[in-house]
Amino acid sequence: MSGRSIALHGAERVPHSRPEWAGSVRPGHRALLPLVTAEAVSRPESAATAARLTERSREWQDGGWPENLVPLRERAARIRRETLGDLESHLAQLAAKVTEHGGTVHRAATAADATAIVRRIAAEHSVRLVVKSKSMVTEEIGLNPALEADGIEVVETDLGEYIVQLGDERPSHIIAPAVHLAHRDVAERFDALAGERLDHDVTALAGFARARLREDFRTAGLGVTGVNFAVAETGTLAIVTNEGNADLVTSQPPVHVAIMTPEKVVPRMADLGVLIPLLSHAGTGQRMTVYQTLVTGPRRAGESDGPRELHLVIVDNGRHRILGTRYEEVLACIRCGACQTACPVFRTLGGGHAYGAAYGGPIGAVLSPLLAQHEQDRELPYLSSLCGACADVCPVMIPLPDMLVDLRADDAASGRRMSRAGWRAWSALWSNRAGHRVSLAVAAAAARLLPRRFLTRLPVARRWARGRELPDLRGAGRLRRALRRRHRTGDPA
Amino acid sequence: MRVALFTSCAADLAAPRPALAAVRVLEAMGMTVDVPGAQTCCGQVALNSGHREPASELMRRWGRTFGEYDAVVGVSGSCTATVHHQFPRVLEDRAARLAVDAARRTWEFTRFVAHHDAALDLALSGDVTWHDSCHMLRSLGEKAAPRDVLGRVRGLRVHEAPGSEVCCGFGGTFALKYPELSCAMADRKITDVTRTDATHLVSSDSTCLLHLSGRAARRRVPLRALHVAELLAAALPGGPGTLEEAFA
Repeated sequence: MSGRSIALHGAERVPHSRPEWAGSVRPGHRALLPLVTAEAVSRPESAATAARLTERSREWQDGGWPENLVPLRERAARIRRETLGDLESHLAQLAAKVTEHGGTVHRAATAADATAIVRRIAAEHSVRLVVKSKSMVTEEIGLNPALEADGIEVVETDLGEYIVQLGDERPSHIIAPAVHLAHRDVAERFDALAGERLDHDVTALAGFARARLREDFRTAGLGVTGVNFAVAETGTLAIVTNEGNADLVTSQPPVHVAIMTPEKVVPRMADLGVLIPLLSHAGTGQRMTVYQTLVTGPRRAGESDGPRELHLVIVDNGRHRILGTRYEEVLACIRCGACQTACPVFRTLGGGHAYGAAYGGPIGAVLSPLLAQHEQDRELPYLSSLCGACADVCPVMIPLPDMLVDLRADDAASGRRMSRAGWRAWSALWSNRAGHRVSLAVAAAAARLLPRRFLTRLPVARRWARGRELPDLRGAGRLRRALRRRHRTGDPA
Repeated sequence: MRVALFTSCAADLAAPRPALAAVRVLEAMGMTVDVPGAQTCCGQVALNSGHREPASELMRRWGRTFGEYDAVVGVSGSCTATVHHQFPRVLEDRAARLAVDAARRTWEFTRFVAHHDAALDLALSGDVTWHDSCHMLRSLGEKAAPRDVLGRVRGLRVHEAPGSEVCCGFGGTFALKYPELSCAMADRKITDVTRTDATHLVSSDSTCLLHLSGRAARRRVPLRALHVAELLAAALPGGPGTLEEAFA
């Protein structure tokens, strides 16, 4: 019933210049995180991305929270936690309201269940083309490849998502999916797509994408969106964009499928007045996003536009296991991406690709291991210097650094026995005055007696020496001696 | 007033000078300084590596070592932040209560100086820039005290670097787990610092400084780093007068 994509016409001409770990489909087997991150750091593109993100961070985040948003932030944090405390009853109310308006609500336990539901809906309507507005949960559940496996074309209509889709990449940032690319990279992609040299002016390039995407809005058989907030009391799905593409995705195709995770529910319509300004400020430094798309049911009798069917897919995908634990608050996240922009590790890595999970940065380093989609995500909590910038900018005050520390403890508790024994031995040694003194003497003696070449091959020193000169340990223990001497003689230190 | 100096394990291993300098500054302020010989490590490095039990053993030891003092002054912002923030989170029952109590009496060095010194005569001419170490800035919420203290030093000019609040990439065992990433973060910091008119980088955490100067040395970038306690000690009456002379 639907046509083929105009927007993707010529996409096969766009070269895929990304590293393997940035690909649109997350590989089942990943290279080890230290290798991937070392490679990411060495890419010149990463430095450029870091500079872009640092500038954004300075523009949006320096100076802390504006006075008028401080009480709003506290309220938002409270609303989100209260909702989590009684999630199922809010979801029941939401489902009842959406159904009352003529929508269909589906509950999916796993990613596979959710994609199966969407595939079934697409098949029922013989859909060949899907237009999407930006949605991280569809990244998490791998919706695009699932639909594409059925021969369906899927077009990302958020400009940044469209750009990364053309290069067969994943979004590199929750709200700025193409932040790892420069103007020149985008121009090159669009030139290749068009098969000709386009005007590289930014407005002209955006106009090119816009014209192509317009056609697909018109002919797509299915529109897929995420949900920023789902209002339980009214059954309203709120989607915010700066491009208005969600307006088109939710109004032009005959069927709309909205996909959300349970924690996206908010109790009251009035809560949007708190959460949307915070999301806007935290994400992009705006007072409000340009568009707020509010969807309350499908087209009604007598209405001239809107989809004939509305499906709301609520996919859990591991979240029930987080509720009620010490990590519950992580579900308060409103996906603003502020923690990513603020994170110097994320920035230096050139964005989120190197994390390997659907969500990178501090929120991803906490959420991904909890969702337990991939064994290697257990390593992500260590991919942080624990600087705490993420907690400062979080609009709902999630204690991300504490959670990273706690997740490390969870991991270490089930981890290598050798490493645990080593740490225990060290703490036993340093819980004892003589042990402490001996260990300092050994360190000083080693530093004095062993040749430097040998020192830089010792286990811990070796890793320090990758890029740094070793600190001078010849003076280990000197402080104690100086203090004792001082005590004896009364000489100044 | 009798204070205990909490030197941090970096002082024992590789950076004794800041602790010794802190003793001189505190004594110049009229304090009686005790450096408890029983102190070893606050447990942060074990905790942040995921080893909660060994960490809490060291934390309890810290509590026993410093429990009786009216005031404890920490030479490391990060270790002081561990006492304030992590002790109550990690320890349980009686140990936790004692820890919360001890934390209330535990000061970061510059904060202590800023609050207790009125008459200290400090002079040292030169140009410095301040590196906000992460835990001091965000966990202790201390940004003003070091700037306040540096501002009291006659002849000293403080140049703010653009990324003074950005992590230097040390991050404890993070620096060992991800050396390339950690060094790339240091490079950004070094670039920011060398673009100011400062000749010296000053901070409240020796570990950040060891990481940064180790990186700078490897790249042969002239970066001179010193702990704020060393700077203040050099600025005491009878000192060399200029930063250049004090820390050539």
